[in-house]
Amino acid sequence: MSETPVADMSFEEAIKELERVVTQLDRGDVALDESIALYERGAALKARCEAKLKEAEEKVAKLTLSQDGQPTGTVPLDG
Amino acid sequence: MDLFEDDEPAKADGNAPEFTVSELTGSVKKTLESAFGRVRVRGEVGRVITARSGHMYYDIKDDRNVVACNTWKGQVAGLGVVPEEGLEVIVTGKLSTFGPQSKYNINVDSVEVAGEGALLAMLEKRKAALAAEGLFAAERKKPLPYLPEIIGVITSPSGAVIRDILHRLRDRFPRKVLVWPVAVQGQSCAAEVARAVRGFNAMTEGGAMPRPDLLIVARGGGSIEDLWGFNEEIVARAVSDSDIPVISAVGHETDTTLVDFVSDVRAPTPTAAAELAVPVRLELLALVDQQGLRLRRAVTDAVGRRGERLRDLARALPRPDTLAEGPRQRLDTWGERLPVALRGVTAKKEVQLARLSLAPAALERRITEERRRVAALADRLGPALDKRLRDGRKEIRAMHLRPPDIARARERFTDRMARLQTVAERHQTKRATGLEALEKLRLTLGYEATLERGYAVVRGDGNVITGVVAAKTVDSLEIQFADGRVEVGAAARKPGRKAKPKDPPDEQGSLL
Repeated sequence: MSETPVADMSFEEAIKELERVVTQLDRGDVALDESIALYERGAALKARCEAKLKEAEEKVAKLTLSQDGQPTGTVPLDG
Repeated sequence: MDLFEDDEPAKADGNAPEFTVSELTGSVKKTLESAFGRVRVRGEVGRVITARSGHMYYDIKDDRNVVACNTWKGQVAGLGVVPEEGLEVIVTGKLSTFGPQSKYNINVDSVEVAGEGALLAMLEKRKAALAAEGLFAAERKKPLPYLPEIIGVITSPSGAVIRDILHRLRDRFPRKVLVWPVAVQGQSCAAEVARAVRGFNAMTEGGAMPRPDLLIVARGGGSIEDLWGFNEEIVARAVSDSDIPVISAVGHETDTTLVDFVSDVRAPTPTAAAELAVPVRLELLALVDQQGLRLRRAVTDAVGRRGERLRDLARALPRPDTLAEGPRQRLDTWGERLPVALRGVTAKKEVQLARLSLAPAALERRITEERRRVAALADRLGPALDKRLRDGRKEIRAMHLRPPDIARARERFTDRMARLQTVAERHQTKRATGLEALEKLRLTLGYEATLERGYAVVRGDGNVITGVVAAKTVDSLEIQFADGRVEVGAAARKPGRKAKPKDPPDEQGSLL
């Protein structure tokens, strides 16, 4: 199993790991104990994925620039 | 102009005023500048020299003539197009002179590429140069993040492009978007876009202005001149240097700018850029759900399969009673055979024994043999005894008997005999005395003495009778007195000998 804690995973890492776990379980050749551990890990990964998907928050900002073109701050921008 | 109006040079020579070189030069300069002012000249760029000072010196020429051009350092940035040798351009500037070298030139503050063909030719040249540097190499392309957290968009903050991008992002997967406003055409376009790309890269992750993990450089469609800023080398180099992956979406699908070659992914339109930037959230949710279902099913199946196998195995497991059946049957079989076998063995041994039946002849033979041995030993006994006797006699004779020893021995013997006599007599007397005393005691204790005092002893059938019951059971009674015994009622009792024990009372009665 990967050493990255599930809570630190990006969505992509988590979904890839989840797919790996599911595939491994699907093969059905894992020991019972291990399959329970895998299931728990899979459940954690799924929760992580869902959390990352829930973070779908839109926030659009426009940079304000100084006279020489350096960013000085942000202002909301309506799309 | 009146200086040259005199058409009689010979005459004029004398009257003409003299100029110093500087006066003339200054006059020429004034005249040229006032007569031409700003000019627009079309020509091909010749040799280009950029001095260490930053000023540029170059020529524009046509097939017959050449005009010298210069652009001061401070003007270079505003040129629009940096002159390159061979490029067909239209330069705009002020016509002037350069006195120290008797030259005239144009101080150029704006350069335009003359015509689409010229522009494309220049673009091809740049492309070739950058390709030679390896800026377009496939291995330089960075993979796009699967799901970027923050997307930096470099485009005009107003207009359809940013709206298209934000709209499509919202449809697919709403994200944080940071827009860096730039001019998307005109002279400042290239410099602003390049600065924006470098500016986003300079941001720190998680800072007040968080660094995006994906950039989109976008512009709507336009003429090649409109898009020219995205063909500038500074833009291409900034995008190529970017550590953040860049999606380029400049113009329509048919418009290809230099930035498209150096970006990591080229999107045909700004909308397509948004599609490349983020996955579709609903699809991901469905995917996660599906994985969750598979996960649950897989683990349920795993447990179920094992349960099934356990049940199968349990069925196949023999029951304890059936487990014992085989051995029990064997025990029964052998148990039954055991007595049979024993009887068989006994019978067999009996047969053997019978077969062995003692043969008297053998015994007799044995006895005869033994007898012969005894006779042989007896025969040897006589002579052996004789021999021993003779030997003994010989030994005795050989012994030298000495008389003094015999005499002394006899003396000792006599003495011992005398002592023995004395001791024996003493013992005899002591015992006789003891015996007499014991006899007296016996007589006192014995019943005989009591008989003399008038008591009698009754016996029946030899036993002493001490009671009536015993007396009734015997055939005859005998009474012992001190001076002898007398039998009582022997004759009278004779017929009752065989009488039952009931009868005696009557007889007893008559008897008494």
